[in-house]
This record gives sequence, C-alpha cells and structure tokens, in this order.
Amino acid sequence: MLATLLKPDGGSAKVFGHDISSETSAVRSRISLTGQYASLDEDLTGKENLVMISRLMGYSKKEAKKRADELLVAFRLDDAAKKQVKNYSGGMRRRMDIAASIVVTPDLLFLDEPTTGLDPESRIEVWGIVRSLVRAGTTVLLTTQYLEEADQLADRIAVINQGKLIAEGTSAELKASIGRNTLHVQFVDENDLSRAKQIIESKLNNVVQITDAHSLSIQVNQPSKIPETFSELANEHIQMSSFSLGQPSLDEVFLTLTGSKTPDEEKINDETNE
Amino acid sequence: MTKQMNEERLHHAIASGKRPRRPSPLSSTLTFASRTLLRIKHVPEQMFDVTLFPIIFLLMFTYLFGGAIAGSTTEYLQFLLPGILVMTVAQITMYTGLDLNNDIRKGIFDRFRTLPIWLPSALIGALLVDVVRYSLASLIMIGLGLILGFRPEGGVSGVMVALVLILFFSFSLSWLWTTLGLIMRSDKSLMMVSMMILFPLTFVSNVFVDPDTLPGWLQGFVEVNPISVLANAVRSWMHGTGSFEQIGLVLLTSAIFIVIFAPLTMYLYRNKK
Repeated sequence: MLATLLKPDGGSAKVFGHDISSETSAVRSRISLTGQYASLDEDLTGKENLVMISRLMGYSKKEAKKRADELLVAFRLDDAAKKQVKNYSGGMRRRMDIAASIVVTPDLLFLDEPTTGLDPESRIEVWGIVRSLVRAGTTVLLTTQYLEEADQLADRIAVINQGKLIAEGTSAELKASIGRNTLHVQFVDENDLSRAKQIIESKLNNVVQITDAHSLSIQVNQPSKIPETFSELANEHIQMSSFSLGQPSLDEVFLTLTGSKTPDEEKINDETNE
Repeated sequence: MTKQMNEERLHHAIASGKRPRRPSPLSSTLTFASRTLLRIKHVPEQMFDVTLFPIIFLLMFTYLFGGAIAGSTTEYLQFLLPGILVMTVAQITMYTGLDLNNDIRKGIFDRFRTLPIWLPSALIGALLVDVVRYSLASLIMIGLGLILGFRPEGGVSGVMVALVLILFFSFSLSWLWTTLGLIMRSDKSLMMVSMMILFPLTFVSNVFVDPDTLPGWLQGFVEVNPISVLANAVRSWMHGTGSFEQIGLVLLTSAIFIVIFAPLTMYLYRNKK
C-alpha cells in the first residue's frame, strides 16, 4: 500500500511528505520494492534485466550498461551475467532482485521476506547488503518471519499479528517490555530438577518455568542473588551442565506478545533506519 | 578478493545510484520493445505461432475446403487467402494477453508499476513488437499463397493497403486481450475465454464461405462481425476492387476497440490488486 500498489481502504499515509493516494509518482520516484518472488524477467539474462531496469529509470544506453556491470560485480553476479535468470539459484536470484531494486539508490526500500528459503550463507550475504544499504542512507522496511533476522538488522521493530500492530519499538525495548533478564539452567540429572526448582524459586523470588526434562528458566529481577543461588545448588550436590543469563530472545518476546497463536500466522515487520 | 574489498565495492555500488531524469515515453516504449525482442532471442519457440501456424492453417484449409466449396483449390485460394490471413493474425493477437498475464503472475509486473515511467509504454512497447510478428506471419502466408497459385489482382499496392489494415486492426484488437489478461487469474482460464471469443468471431464470418448461403439471422451477425469487416476490405483491396469506405469501416472498428479497451487496460493495470 505504501508502495502505491494498493489503494488504502481508509485513512491516509505519507511517504517522505507525499500522499500515497494522490502523489503516486512522487512516491514512486523515491521508493523501490522487492517482493517475495523475484520480480525479474526470467527469460532474460541477469545483465539484460539490469540494463532494462536502468534504461527505465532514465539512464542512457551507455550509462545503463555501466551501471549494470557495476552492480553485477558488487553483488558477485558477474560470472552469471550472461545466464538466463531462470537458471539462477535462490540466493543469486534474491541478490539479483535486490540489485534491480537499487539501480537508483532509493530513499526507501521495501524488502518482503528477503531471506525466506535461502541457505545460511546466502542469508548472511543478503544481511550484508541490507547493512550496506542502511549505511548508504536508505531506509529499509523489511518483513520477515525470522526473529533472528529482525534482531540482527532492525533499528525499530513492529510486530504484526493477524493484520494488527501489536507492538513497536527497538529490539531492546521490546525485550524489556516483557521482562528482565532470563536465567537458563540445564542440569546433569533430571531427578534434580524439582529440588533445583524449589531452591531457585526461593532464592530468586520468582516462578520457574520448566523448559524440558533437564532445564528450566526464570526471570531474574536481582542478578546479584545469582552467585548465592548457585552455591546453594552446589551445597545440595545438584550439578549443572550449563547455564546462561541473558536478555530474552525475540522469539520469547514474540510468543509472549502473541499468546498461543501458531507462528505461521504471524509476521514480524521490522524497519531499519539510519 | 578480500571480504573487505568486496564490502567496499558493494557500498560504492549501492551509494552511487544517482537519479537520472525520468525516461521519455518514447524511450521507455523502446526499452519495452527491446525486452520483447530479447525474449524472442532467448525463447525462439515462441515464434512458432507466426511461422508454422500460418503455414499449417493455409495448407489445411485450402486443401480441406477447396474442392468441396469452390470446386478447385486454386480458385478457392483467391477467395480464401485474404480471409485466412485475417483469421490467422487475429488468432495470434491472443498471445499478447498471455504474455501480460505471465508478467503479472511472475511478479515483474509489480516492479514495472513502481517505476517512474509512462505506464502505457510497457504495453505499447510489447504491442509494437507484436506488430512486427504479425507482419512476419502475413508475409509468410502471402509468400506461400503465391507459390500455391494466389494471384492478387490489386497488385503490390493493393496487397500493401490490405496488410496495413490487418496490422492496424490487430494492434487494436490486442487491447481486448490485454484487458482480459489483467482480469483472468490463470493462463488456462485466459486461454479458454480467449478461444471462446475467437472461435465464433473468426469462423462465423465471411472468411470461409460467402455469407449468402447462411440463414438470415446468422447473416446479420456475420455482417457486423469485425472480422468480416476486415476480411471484406482485405479481400477487395487485394483483388483491386477495394473502396475507401471499406478502409474507413476497418479504421472505425479498430478505433472502437482502442477507445474501449486501451483505457480499460490501463485502468486495470494501475489498479490491479
């Protein structure tokens, strides 16, 4: 809708001060869009696609070729420049798609689930591209199902659940909104778990959640009490195999915010802003 | 190449995308036309419809109906060729809608729509290349016809006028298919609807037989059928008996298609969900 592809049902919105309904071409000249499915001509080669888009952006023939070559090298697609896009791998396609979106550096780039279905290496590569874009002064609005991605990339995160905005803020704000630091402890012997639960609950004065047969977690309001808790566990000969103290993960934030809904129905909307 | 260098290169490429002035309608139209040409280069099979298809059609109908309808194939060819030419090209125009429908489903349509261009150029560019394709189909048919014994009495100029009429009409008719291409959700349903329109339109016309033999109610339809209007003009001009009234009628019919379906296509193109 903000990309001027859809008309709003109601209300109004402005992108860089231009109304999205009445000033579509002013908005279009500032933004760029990358959909979930590569919006490229699959029958054309990578280079032909980039030259075409550059020409449509107003570059002259010569400049368009130069710009296409520059982008192909930067996105490490120069080897595949003469291959038809339909023969590209998922990661190459996605990079190609982003390259096509930034032929003219946009002020605002929409990325719709840019890493869905990519292998970890390609994902990290796409993340690098997003960071470079932000460094270059582009506002990136990206949607993702992966909370780690939002945590890694976003300055501001908006959580959308079933079409409604349910939370917004920085990653740290969202984490803080659902509680303080969380202590995770894993035990060697599962029979110790219930005794450990009692000790930890009394020392840290909060309710423990059993996460599986060997481990539990608890929100810590007074981190200074943790050493004391651990020495008490040692006195009771309860052995820990691992422990960690940290902020809640965005996954926990997400599940807390959305209650018990299935994760498929959710979408995290996050925004990276210079 | 070190990682550092690559990052710098990436950053440079991202930051250096200066914004040129928006392209002129002519320039974006030509870009879209060259895209269509590149597609032909990469997928040459899509030229079957303008090469093999006309040959098969001409041979098939000439020898299938020639003896039965006119007594001899050479004699029938004089009547049939102009009509079958009109019919073949009219049927090929259908693929314009299919191409557009594919663009929509594959996502590139959304990219085009967010570009700062004069939007109709996306369609006009493709249609211009289609006109070249229709010319190729027409030339192949006329060439083969000449070999088989087609003798146009209107000479080269008469045939040229007929050809221009066919091309202009086809360009106009294409807007009907682009409209449908934007409305139909799948290529299969689009194909089906297009066929449902094309078959009666091309067969219930004066392409194959003189409409005098038809029942009165059907004659009425044949007379107003745009394909008959075009086939009449093309046949007459090829055989040297054409009138300017016929040309005017073809131009009027074509204009009606453009006036209705071009704005409708662009409205749907802009507002497609």
